[in-house]
Amino acid sequence: MDALLQFIFSGVTVGAVYALVALGFTIIYNASDVVNFAQGEFVMLGGMITVFAHQAGLPLALAAVLAIIVTAAIGVALNKLAIEPARGAPVVSVIIITIGASILIRGATQLIFDKQLHRFPAFSGDDPIRVMGATILPQSLWVTGGALVVFAGLWLFFTRTLTGKAVLATANNRIAAQLVGINTGAIMTLSFGLSAAIGALAGVLITPITLVSYDVGVALALKGFAAAMLGGMGNPKGALVGGLMLGLLEALTAGYLSSQYKDAVAFIVILAVLFVMPQGIFGKSSTERV
Amino acid sequence: MSLLEVSGLGIAFGGLMAVNDVSFAVKPGEIVSVIGPNGAGKTTLFNMISGIYRPGRGAVRLNGEDVTGEAPHRLAEKGLSRTFQNLQIFQEMTVLDNVLAGYHLQERGPIWADLLSLPSMRRRATIARDGARALLERVRLDKTEGQQAGSLSYGSLKRLEIARALALNPKILLLDEPAAGCNAVETEEIDHLITELAGSGIAILLVEHDMKLVMRISSHIIVLDHGEKIAEGDPATVSRDPQVIAAYLGAGQEEEAEC
Repeated sequence: MDALLQFIFSGVTVGAVYALVALGFTIIYNASDVVNFAQGEFVMLGGMITVFAHQAGLPLALAAVLAIIVTAAIGVALNKLAIEPARGAPVVSVIIITIGASILIRGATQLIFDKQLHRFPAFSGDDPIRVMGATILPQSLWVTGGALVVFAGLWLFFTRTLTGKAVLATANNRIAAQLVGINTGAIMTLSFGLSAAIGALAGVLITPITLVSYDVGVALALKGFAAAMLGGMGNPKGALVGGLMLGLLEALTAGYLSSQYKDAVAFIVILAVLFVMPQGIFGKSSTERV
Repeated sequence: MSLLEVSGLGIAFGGLMAVNDVSFAVKPGEIVSVIGPNGAGKTTLFNMISGIYRPGRGAVRLNGEDVTGEAPHRLAEKGLSRTFQNLQIFQEMTVLDNVLAGYHLQERGPIWADLLSLPSMRRRATIARDGARALLERVRLDKTEGQQAGSLSYGSLKRLEIARALALNPKILLLDEPAAGCNAVETEEIDHLITELAGSGIAILLVEHDMKLVMRISSHIIVLDHGEKIAEGDPATVSRDPQVIAAYLGAGQEEEAEC
């Protein structure tokens, strides 16, 4: 029982990060139909920039805020410099552009910073908290709490604000959105900025536990993508559920089977989803009316 | 003074001149129809006026202001609103939400007012909701307001799109084949609606294949063929024009069957 609880704790912690990455995928997918494979790099940038800003003497909180702002700016730049000019190109081409962008970001990070593994201190110390025989790191609470705040905030944004509704309208029908006066270009910029900021926040939260280096983004992007597919691409609720499920599956596989199979879980999930229910748990099968 | 002024408008796709040197003007309260055989460039012309395509040459002036090639959302702010031949509806939203989306510009306010649900925001929301309900009543869709838009019939969606366009409080409304696919009763309703809108001072620019409808309600008709304006004038003049008759009989026999 203790072991199971322990696996659940670690599953929820990584799951929360996957959920945040999946949410980033979802927001950009909704605004532009594009799967942004540079999403993992945003997480990496969040961690790396915080590390180096902190080393340069900034207080940790300030370094984290700076990392999130800089990453959001990089997200906006990605949209302005690479995605917008390719408007009208087939979606597949744009997806390949995002893969190119992720390689560029990874390379630039390697040059500007370094290739080492880094971490910074956990926000509330490293003393594990004991819960019914299992232990949980205080940083894990920060990760899950952070993810919950982001999801709640986004839910408010999409249901309560006109800008949020404009994002949903753009996702639903871009031309119709333009017709009613929604600046869909600005919505795209907002979506990339928001996705990048959420990714960076995930990076800031998880770095004290998993460490960060220039190349952690690839695996995170894949896991986040698997989570988004599992939950149903384009659905924020799906991102949350998919992320947590994938995290739990991984932790349970590592615990009961072998930790060597841990990373295989994400791929098995992608394959299973594609074979059995391509639209995911919350996704709707798309039909076009002509 | 003209509300909409189109001068020398043209666009080429590859080597093909889809629309070439088309000029006309629309005054407030006027119903101007653009007719022509299939492929004459009517929808392309609409797409240029409404900012979906950037014209290759020529100019579009709205209220005297040059708006050539401006994005659709900017034109919406300036009072130009349109519907599509093949519908652009928020299929997954309810009927009411579709029309409410049309109030986007009027409902805009500071984001904190939205988040905190301040009275100013609730007031704006109520105005929009009441307005949207009134518009749905006007196009006789008030009974369906809670339904998902995608579940409506084609004719109903046509009227829903008009209601949403009207929510923007436009000065000029571009209607691309509003009666296509509608039965006689629905066509009659659209006929009344358009006349009523023009009566209230809105300028209407219409593309329509139903010649009976066009001849009955238009104050002015523009005839396109192969992207060029071959005639214009009041319905009586245009229907007697030999060039128009040739264009229709020469290329448009299947057109007759369609109407």
